[in-house]
Amino acid sequence: MKIEISKMLQKKKKQVLDLWMKNQLKDANLREDLMSNDELRVQSEELVDALLKKLTDENLADIESADFENVYEILSGISITRARQGFSPRETGTFVFSLKEALFETLQQELKGDPVALYDVTMKVNKLIDSFGIVTFETFIKGREEVILRQTDEITEISTPVIRVWDGILALPIIGTLDSARTQVVMESLLQEIVNTSSSIAILDISGVPAVDSLVAQHLIKTVSATRLMGAECIISGIRPEIAQTVVHLGIDLSNVITKSSLSSALKHAFSVLQLEVRKKQKENYSLKNM
Amino acid sequence: MEKSRITTTTNSMTILTVLNRDNFKIEREQDVVPFRNRVKEHAVKIGMGLVNQTKLITAASELVRNMLRYANGGEILIEVVSKIRENGIRLTFTDKGPGIENVETAMKDGFSTGKSLGLGLPGAKRLSSEFTINSVVGKGTVVTIIKWKNG
Repeated sequence: MKIEISKMLQKKKKQVLDLWMKNQLKDANLREDLMSNDELRVQSEELVDALLKKLTDENLADIESADFENVYEILSGISITRARQGFSPRETGTFVFSLKEALFETLQQELKGDPVALYDVTMKVNKLIDSFGIVTFETFIKGREEVILRQTDEITEISTPVIRVWDGILALPIIGTLDSARTQVVMESLLQEIVNTSSSIAILDISGVPAVDSLVAQHLIKTVSATRLMGAECIISGIRPEIAQTVVHLGIDLSNVITKSSLSSALKHAFSVLQLEVRKKQKENYSLKNM
Repeated sequence: MEKSRITTTTNSMTILTVLNRDNFKIEREQDVVPFRNRVKEHAVKIGMGLVNQTKLITAASELVRNMLRYANGGEILIEVVSKIRENGIRLTFTDKGPGIENVETAMKDGFSTGKSLGLGLPGAKRLSSEFTINSVVGKGTVVTIIKWKNG
C-alpha cells in the first residue's frame, strides 16, 4: 500500500503551518524588531501554500521540476525583501530551513508505522528544502553582484574628471593604475574637452598613480602626442621623487614632454605660456587711483 | 622549478636564507594590481625604503605584464630572503609560454616583438639588485629578481 505523501501533506497544511509558526516564534533568534509576527505568518503561509499546491509525489524527488518555478519566485522575493529589512543571509536561510522540522514532524505522525517510507520521504523533503534555502542565498548574492557591477561602472565614470582650472587650461588628475582601457577613457574625455573648451594647455596630474612602468609611460606618451596633434600643449605633473628615479632606471625617455613635480608648478608654467600674470593686489596702487 | 628550497647559493657563494614564502597566480590583467600590492606589503614589512619599494614594484610590474602578454599568465613566488646582514625580496616568475628565442637581444633596450617600448626586461634588470633569466623555447621562461632592502 502506498500513501500519497503530497495529498496527505496538502490535507495537513494547517498543521504544518501552525507547527512552523510555533517553531519560529519559539526560536530565540526571532527578529521581532525587523518583522511583526503577523507579517511573518503571511510570509510563511504564502510559501507553504505555493509549495503544497504544486507538490506531487513525482516532483518531490525532482528539485529542478518546472512546477516549483512559482515557489522559487516567492523565495527570491522573500530573500530580497528580507535583505532590505536588514535580515542577515543566515537568518533568511534559517527561516527556510526551519520549515523542514515542521514537515518532518507532520510526516512522522502520519508515517509512524512505516519507517522505510518515512526515511525515503524525509530524504526527499530534505533535499527539496535545502535547494529552497540555497535559492535565497543565490538571490542575495545576485543582488550584491548587481550593486558591485553598478559601482564599477560608476567608478570608471567618475575616475576621469576633466577640470577646467582656468580659461584655456584643463587639468586631469589620474588616480590609480593606468591600463589600456583606462587610458582610452582618459584620452577620449581629454581630447573631447579640449575641443569643447578650445583649451590650449592640458595638465595630466599623476600624483595618484602608484607606479609608472613602461606600459603606463607608453600610455602617457600616447596621450601627450594625441593632445599635441589637437594643437594643445600637454604637461605631466605630480612626478614624485621615487617615480622620477624609477623612470630613469627603466630608461624611459620623457625629455620631449614637459614635466613638473606638482600641479601648482604646472599651472604656473601654463600661465607663463599663456602670458598671464597672477599676483597679489597692490594696496598702494589702489589708494593712488582713488585719490 | 623546485630547486629553490630553503637555502640556495648565489654566484657570490653567500648563503641565502628564505624567511617567508608566498605564491601568487596571475591569470588576468586584473591580477596585476593585487599582486603589486602583495609585493609592496612584503617590502614594507622588511622595512624597505620608498624608492626601493617603487623600484621593486615597477620591475615586478614589468615582468608580470610580460608574462600576461606573451605567456597568458603564470605563477610568481614571493620570498623574503636574508643574506648575512641584509634582507631582501626575491621574486620568481614562472610561465609556460613560448619562451624567448634570443635572450641576449631581448635584454637590449628598445627591442620588442610586441608593440611596446621594449624596456620591460632591461628596465627590470636595472631596477633590481640581482636578475637571472632562463628561457627554453616551447617550454617557458623563469625570471628571478632580488631587491635588497638597501641595494
